[in-house]
Parts: sequence; C-alpha cells; structure tokens
Amino acid sequence: MDELLEILEDLHDDVDFTTCTTLIDDKILDSFDIVTIVAEVNNVFDVQIPAEELKPENFNSAKSLYALIERLEEE
Amino acid sequence: MQTNVLDYLEKTVKLVPNKIAYANEKESLTFIEVYNSAKSIGSYIASFHLCKQPIVVYMEKSPSAISAFFGVVYSGNHYVPIDEEMPQYRVKLIFDTLQPQMVICDDNTKAYLDEMNYSGKVCLFDDIKTYTIDMLQLQHIKEQTLDIDPLYIVFTSGSTGVPKGVVACHRSVIDYIENLSEVLQIQSDTVFGNQAPLYFDACLKELYPTLKFGATTYLVPKKLFMFPVQLIEYLNEHKINTICWVASALSLVSGFKTFETVTPKYLRTVAFGSEVFPIKQYNEWKRVLPNARFINLYGPTEATGMSCYYEVNKEFSIDEVIPIGKPFHNTEILLLKDDNTLAKGHEVGEICIRGTAVTLGYYNNPEKTKEAFVQNPLNQAYIDIIYRTGDLACYNDEHDLIFISRKDYQIKHMGHRIELGEIELNVHELEGTVHNCCIYDQDQEKIILYYVGNKETKEVKAYLKAKLPRYMLPNRVIKLEQMPLTPNGKIDRNYLKKLYKEKGKI
Repeated sequence: MDELLEILEDLHDDVDFTTCTTLIDDKILDSFDIVTIVAEVNNVFDVQIPAEELKPENFNSAKSLYALIERLEEE
Repeated sequence: MQTNVLDYLEKTVKLVPNKIAYANEKESLTFIEVYNSAKSIGSYIASFHLCKQPIVVYMEKSPSAISAFFGVVYSGNHYVPIDEEMPQYRVKLIFDTLQPQMVICDDNTKAYLDEMNYSGKVCLFDDIKTYTIDMLQLQHIKEQTLDIDPLYIVFTSGSTGVPKGVVACHRSVIDYIENLSEVLQIQSDTVFGNQAPLYFDACLKELYPTLKFGATTYLVPKKLFMFPVQLIEYLNEHKINTICWVASALSLVSGFKTFETVTPKYLRTVAFGSEVFPIKQYNEWKRVLPNARFINLYGPTEATGMSCYYEVNKEFSIDEVIPIGKPFHNTEILLLKDDNTLAKGHEVGEICIRGTAVTLGYYNNPEKTKEAFVQNPLNQAYIDIIYRTGDLACYNDEHDLIFISRKDYQIKHMGHRIELGEIELNVHELEGTVHNCCIYDQDQEKIILYYVGNKETKEVKAYLKAKLPRYMLPNRVIKLEQMPLTPNGKIDRNYLKKLYKEKGKI
C-alpha cells in the first residue's frame, strides 16, 4: 500500500490519499493521472491493469485501487 | 450571400425543429429549443443596449451554454467562453483584458464571480432563457451586423504570462465551416461525439456543422476520457459516427488495448489534430475501423480553426509521421524562410496562412497582433495580411506539408497549446524563487519545471495550482542548487533536457 501511496502522492502531494474516496467524482484525478498511474503500477507491481478494469469505482480511492492490484496479482 | 452564422440556425430550425441539436448526460436541446432560448437571451442582452461588446459566457459545459453563445450573437455582441474550472487568478487576467460589461453564468460560477468582486452585470442563464422575445429588435440588430464583426473571442496561452484573446468574425467562421464540412463530409445524419472544451476554437467543428446540416452533437462527459471502455460504449449507445478529437484522446483508447474488449460500431469519420498521432496507435484504430475515413487536421486558433487536412489513404511505417497535408479551399499556406522568401523543394519554412479564415488578431493587444498578423512580405502593392504561426514545416515528395517543430517554446501537451514562458513567468512572480525554466519531455508527455530558490516544491506546486489551468501545471517540479547557464548567461535548456533524460524520473 505504501508504494501505491507514493505513486499517488507524487501526482498530487496536497491530497490525503489514505482517506479520500472521491478521487474521480471530485475530479481530483484526470486522464493524465490515470495514464501515469497505470504505467507506474505496471513498473512497481508488475501488474498490467486491463482496459475493462479502468472504471471510476476502481480509482475513486487508494484502497479500491490497491484491492484491484491485489486481485490482478493473484490472477 | 450568407453573412451571419445565425442563418444556419434559422434555416435548420424550419426543417427539423424537433430534432436534438446538442445533448449531454443531463439535458438535450432540440433546434427549436436552442432557437427560442437564443432569441430570448439575445432580447434580454439587447434591452441593455450593448452592441459589439464582449459578453462572457461563464458556464458549465452544456447544451445550455451553447444556446447562450447564440443568444449573445443574436444581441449583436460577441461571446467569450470561459472555462468554469479555470483558477480565479486567470479569470481575472482575462477580465482585465476584456473589461466585460456582462457575464452570463450558472449557479456555480455565480459564486466565483461574487468572490471576484466583479462589478459588471451578472445574469443567470436560467433567469433569462425564457425572457420575452423582441423579434423586431433582433431583426434590426441582425441587419446592422456585418460579416466582419466579431463572433467570439477565445483565449490562448501567452508567453508574456497573460492569455491572449483571439477575435474571430462571422465571415471567417462561415468560410471555415463550409470548407471543413466538405472535407469531413458532414450530412444531416452526422452524429458528433464532441471532446473539445467549449472555451477553445476546437469545438467549432461540432457546434456549427450541427447548425448547418441539422446534425446532432453529443457532448461526451469529460470523465469518460479516463475510462476508455466506457467511452467506446458511450459512442455505440448514441450511434456516434463522427469524432474530431485530439490525438492523445485517441491514443489513450488504443494504448489501453480497449479494442480487445469493445469496438466502435458506428464511426465512419475520425478526425484528429492538434498534435502528432503516432502511427502505431493509428494502425490500431484503422484495424478495427477498416472502412472509416481518417483525417489529420492542422491549424492555429488565429486562423479560426483548422487550415490544412490530410486524409490518410496509404500505409505508414512506424517511424513516419502523418502529413498535415494541404490547405482547405480558400486558404493558402506560404512556407517562408528566415529571409522571407518561399521555401523551395524540401526546404524548411514557417507556416504562414492567408485567407478569409485569418482572424482579427488579439483583443486589446495591438503589439502582439502586429507581431503575428503581418503584411505578406511577397506583396507590397496592397493590404494582404498573413498570420505567422511559428510552426516550421516542409513539403514531402507528394507536396504534402509535414510539420517539423516550433520556432519558439510553445508546446502541445495533451492537445493543449501552452507557452512554457507563461508557466515560467508565473513561477518568477513567486517570492523565494530565483531562476526557473520549463522543459517538455515529448516522449513521456511531461512538463518539467526546474527552479532555484528557498521554496519547497510543495509550495511551488500549490502556488501554481492557484494560478494556472490544470493542463498547464508542470507534471514534475524539481528544485536545483543552481541553474545551468550557457556561456552567454542564458539558462541552458539543452543541458536541463539532458539532465532530465539521464536522471530519468528523479
């Protein structure tokens, strides 16, 4: 989780990613951020997020994004 | 001869009054609804006896905002669309240039205006959209309006730190729309999926052909451009057959391997522009849409919209670039070398544009206008204005134009035109920073800001967030002990670029 938080804080260091659950709904993340996150997650976790998993509910919080990564790691 | 863009609306509303003109996820407006609310808004504004004034439309992207544009046109004034998400500081800079006497807003933006202490007339769209129509007055105004009168002003990044307002007249827009529509083969059954924000000229491609042909435009929710599967599902759901998107939006879809999950079913015309569309991504699109037409568009805001086009009709290898092609009908490109003579053969020159589509220059800014809108150096006999784009290009063997680079520090980042100098000047104003310099990493599509000073990177980032629109914010902010200088004392950009490449992502 810490590694993921690092990726996210690198993009927006003024956001508390441990508590925020509206990253998409409140327009905190934009399409550029999503591209960066997908690339970084691939680098750090060696996990490729497939297109069908790119949906708001997976990106609204660090927690849900981490759950997605864990799920993809198991597959 | 048509001299007013409203003629498109007036002709179409008679033919298909109840067809949907513009729609988003919250509302849809038919042509008759657009027509009526535009006339109401026009009558309301006209009651204040404002004429040939900039009227700001400060609203969320919506069909209502579009009808407000046409309302301003009915009133004999010109509309200025402002990004509702723009930081207040920048809105103020734009208001300083415009000195607008009236702003049309919605509930959200009204609160911003109150905070800004804007002293002009503020009206809520919802309050004026059903105002009593004064047909006689509107007809009188339309008769008084010439095709050389301004239609809109849109603001673009300025290297002096202040955005520049490009003023376009009816005649330029009519010329552009007629020729663009022919190239894109727009018809009444065209269904557009709009991506461009309403505060740039890029949205003209959908707004006006929709009026001219009685077509339909869906304003695609911005959020979907993060979630490509949902984006393509949206296109299919609304049977969208024509898109004119920035290349980075197309690349996002194909780059995420979206087509393995879902493919567009109705697309027949895919236009892209504002930046290079990598062949690898183009090939992906072509593979799933073998029968669609793919058209590369090129043009600056200062020449109304797009000036050149190239329909992709052959295979390209991965390392080639798609040409920007040939100018639209009634537009001429002069490729001028540094000595103001025409480039010959494959020589490189600056793209200079002649034609009716060349706009009226920058609002309230004669100095900047004089620099870029100049007398054609090949003709001294009569007034013959060209626009110097600052873009360098050359011809290939097929006599198609190939874009090469910029002459200055303007960049295209995720489809947005940005002067790096504008970012730098804003950093410069922050106390506690000494030197700063922005570079652009084309491969990674990242803006990198280097600075020297006693401010923490966090503070610099927070400061810029309050000053610049989101797309202009540096993706990396890096503090240096000292700034590398060239032997004659200028900041060494090339060294910084090298430094960034070597250190990777720091």
